[in-house]
Amino acid sequence: MIEIMSSLLIVSGLGFYLAGSIGLLRLPDLYSRLHALTKADNLGLGLLTGGLALYTQDLLIALKLVLIWLAVLAASAASAHLIAQHARRRETQS
Amino acid sequence: MTTSAMLILDILMVLSLLSLAAAALATSDARRSVILFMAFGLVLALAWARLQAPDVALAEAAIGAGLSGALLLAAVREQPRPALPDDTKTVHHRDHSSPKLLLEWTVTLLCIVVAGVLAWALAQAFDRAPQDTLAQAVNENLATSGVSNPVTAVLLNFRAYDTLLELAVLLTAVLGIFALGPARPGYRAAGPVFGGLVHWLVPVLILTAAYLLWVGAHAPGGAFQAGATLAAAGVVLRLAGQRTVGLPQGRTLYLVVAAGVGMFLVVGLSLLLLGRPFLGYPPAWAGGLILLIETAAMLAIAATLVLAFLGGRPQPPRTNVTGGKPLATLISTLSPRSRQGLSGADAPGAEPHKHFSEDNSQC
Repeated sequence: MIEIMSSLLIVSGLGFYLAGSIGLLRLPDLYSRLHALTKADNLGLGLLTGGLALYTQDLLIALKLVLIWLAVLAASAASAHLIAQHARRRETQS
Repeated sequence: MTTSAMLILDILMVLSLLSLAAAALATSDARRSVILFMAFGLVLALAWARLQAPDVALAEAAIGAGLSGALLLAAVREQPRPALPDDTKTVHHRDHSSPKLLLEWTVTLLCIVVAGVLAWALAQAFDRAPQDTLAQAVNENLATSGVSNPVTAVLLNFRAYDTLLELAVLLTAVLGIFALGPARPGYRAAGPVFGGLVHWLVPVLILTAAYLLWVGAHAPGGAFQAGATLAAAGVVLRLAGQRTVGLPQGRTLYLVVAAGVGMFLVVGLSLLLLGRPFLGYPPAWAGGLILLIETAAMLAIAATLVLAFLGGRPQPPRTNVTGGKPLATLISTLSPRSRQGLSGADAPGAEPHKHFSEDNSQC
């Protein structure tokens, strides 16, 4: 039962990754690409770590996985903001 | 997982490594090349993890991908950008004068020779019987080394000489960095989002470094990985426009930079005085001595890497901050006063930031 649930979480997480990657390749401008990449990948990683945490059935490893997710959330939110801000500044300067 | 599934994963990993390396070499835009190199380093770290070498994987991710990437990006930033950032133009404008061509060919030839020697050495290692390998000798003597992680046992006990000399190389590099003169002013103060991240990230990095140092005795980790993590905190502070980047000031900085070699020498010479061989730890003390040396080495490695990222002598802070221990200085960024300095244009003395035309989000 737990295995099925964790596989479901992992597979749906991979779906979000796929969507994010397609968005990165196909969307027209930087802002929408950033939007696709950070939003979809953050949720994808969350589902992936959730699935793996269920799968390990080890509280310590599960906690570490959640920590990884939180760290990536903070880092990707901040870096997406920085990239967008930089692009915006360039646009307004030129 | 079945072996065939893992084989597919391995083949994919090797293919992406090769294509990332080729892409990094082929692109004419230096910044893009560096970013591809960092991606290459991350996949390489995965490959090391897959080869069951987590120590090397950690070092590759922290130093190979992270800090080398940051150093290279900083170097690219120092270079003037071409007037036309058009790929086809820059290719045509590339210098094809004969000395440069000669240099390129010499470097290529040397790389091929080194790769050949490495491949030959690897082939020799495969031919050995397992009981003849060094791994066997290490495992037999692990109990007397004071630690239970064989990598740390080799680095800090069995081959401590090598590590001492590595730290001496780092110390020489610091002398070179100091010879470059004062570091460039740095980046403008971070805005609220990046400042907030830094405020949160730097303590976590310090904690992670301490954990890596401690855990190195019995699991993957150790002074080099911990030093690189601590240095990452310095790099982040530099990008956020923090002037002292967590480094101590004045003489304390010299002490910290020389701490790795110094602690090695103090321990080694003390053991000589006690009638033991140089760096031949008594098994009962080995664990403590290794931790002592590794702590000093971590601080020295971190300071060296941050200085390399600065690319010169750190500039004194505008306010009269007296020297302190690096950890204390890093932690002092937690105080509300320096948070104000991190988080915005309203910081006192924002005037010199006018000179920092570059944007901190470039890196």
